[in-house]
Amino acid sequence: MTYEKVLEQYCQRHLEAIVLTAENRALIRNLPFALGPRFIDTGITEQTMVGMAAGLATQGHKVICHALATFLTMRAFEFIRTDVGIAGLPVKFTGYIPGLLSEANGPTHQALEDMALMLGIPEMEVYCPADLEDMLLMCEAVWNSPKPSYLRAVHLPSGLSHVTYQYGKAEWILQNSGGVTFLVAGFLLGEVLKAADILGRKGISCSVVNMRSLRPLDEGTVEKAFRQSDMVVAVEDHFRYGGLYTVLSHWLTEHSRRLDGDPQYWAPLFSMSLEGKWFTPTLLPQVLERERLGAIYLVERVEQFLAKKSHRQAGIPQKR
Amino acid sequence: MDEHRHLDMQALALRVREHILRMSTGGGCFTGASLSCADIIVYLYASGRFRLGPAYINDPDRDRVFLSKGHDVPALYATLAELGFFPVERLKNHLHPLDHLYWHPNRQVPGVEFFSGSLGHLPAVGLGVAYHLKLKGSKSHVIVVVGDGELNEGSVWECLLVASAYRMDNLIFVVDRNAFQANMRTEELIPLEPLEDKWKAFGCHVVRVNGHDFTDLDRGFSELEKVTGRPKAIICDTVRGKGVPSLQERADRWFCNFTAEEVEDLIKELRGHAAAQLRTPGDVVR
Repeated sequence: MTYEKVLEQYCQRHLEAIVLTAENRALIRNLPFALGPRFIDTGITEQTMVGMAAGLATQGHKVICHALATFLTMRAFEFIRTDVGIAGLPVKFTGYIPGLLSEANGPTHQALEDMALMLGIPEMEVYCPADLEDMLLMCEAVWNSPKPSYLRAVHLPSGLSHVTYQYGKAEWILQNSGGVTFLVAGFLLGEVLKAADILGRKGISCSVVNMRSLRPLDEGTVEKAFRQSDMVVAVEDHFRYGGLYTVLSHWLTEHSRRLDGDPQYWAPLFSMSLEGKWFTPTLLPQVLERERLGAIYLVERVEQFLAKKSHRQAGIPQKR
Repeated sequence: MDEHRHLDMQALALRVREHILRMSTGGGCFTGASLSCADIIVYLYASGRFRLGPAYINDPDRDRVFLSKGHDVPALYATLAELGFFPVERLKNHLHPLDHLYWHPNRQVPGVEFFSGSLGHLPAVGLGVAYHLKLKGSKSHVIVVVGDGELNEGSVWECLLVASAYRMDNLIFVVDRNAFQANMRTEELIPLEPLEDKWKAFGCHVVRVNGHDFTDLDRGFSELEKVTGRPKAIICDTVRGKGVPSLQERADRWFCNFTAEEVEDLIKELRGHAAAQLRTPGDVVR
């Protein structure tokens, strides 16, 4: 199955659905033939595409928009925020080659703050599938939601067999007691699973969660991770600020305050992400190497975190 | 055009201008820009050319007006109220926190099709609605009112490229050409002329009319009605502050917040009496 086929079938079942693209047809090359006038290519005009989508949505259409993640979320940001966000219209955005997936395109094409921007719009849902298979499982629920949404597209298959997507629910891929819990937003899940395997062989117990979305946030999973682990690591191909790590930090702060006086235990949180700079443009395997986000580096960094853990726990209620 | 309708529209435009002036106190509004487009808005809603009015408010085949230069919304509020979209009394709620009548349009106000305020947005939103109407075979029109200063925004021209490519002949752009940006004359800051040529170059059929003359507006819209296969633009030459000589063509009378006494004097001036004695200084926001 392909993204294009899933979308085509969705449009066959939902006659109000319209597909737009700002000349980004990579995932939807054959849809013009399948959808006729319900497929609109506005050319290289992200702002017009978003405004047009808002207009169509006011007339009852479910509009699914496609563009490169950077240009969609940044060039057209104010159109998304103002025309879709303020009006609360169910326009669905799919951002292509987000994060590290832009590979050798260079920093102009690196969407590393896209989730931060989209999370800044009230009610905007933000989905971050781990691979193509995962994305295809969630499309129907994403498009059926009455809220606007941003889907961080992953076009790479992984061969992983995911559990059926349930709206707002994360997926536990590995579940062990104690040790390290990786909460993962996006395609680095594959590297994390390799790292967990290596760590397991070294005697470090690991759990791995595919977060699937940052809004809605699976708070039950987040709480379980912080309660039952010795350490939580947020992994994402996004700037450290504004994505999963920020969402989890915010969650921790809110919950620590709410439980003030109640000596709860929360595992310390660490981040593996892009730390305040754009990445070296090259092919994906070399990007993972250069940015120290490949499995071997994740292992190395977990071991460093474990060594430092006691210092980093300052200010967080300690396990009794 | 029928002479009675013409006289009715003139009377309506006078009442609309009075409402605009009454909204120019207690916090104020964008008076100059509102007065310049008052006749255009009145023509759109009251000429009988378009399916617009309280009777059509939920009609999917109504024509639709999108006020992209959102700061002139007092002209729209006043017209909508006068035509019965909501009670005229409600205009007294201007800027009240429990109502939606503020400095830019909110679509929760009956008759307002969409939010605006950020310039250069509603051409694309209007294009989306026009596409929808075409898709379902409706003969309705989408009218997008843009300001001339707003034409600085690249998104307007980007949208025209797309509208032309899709031959959107149910999409009409109305340009309120009052020749002012917020703070100064357009030709002194970012010159727009030859403006008709620019619209033509982007694939539109263009007419240019006197935006304060209902007969000329009627001529322009009649010509546009005959055109098919491309989007249309009607450039309406107007005067900022039109109708009140003390405010006309004044760079410093774009946003105004007068005292209640000054407003009464300005309404007298609107009705042909002596010029108001204004002590409130010009208040240019932005």
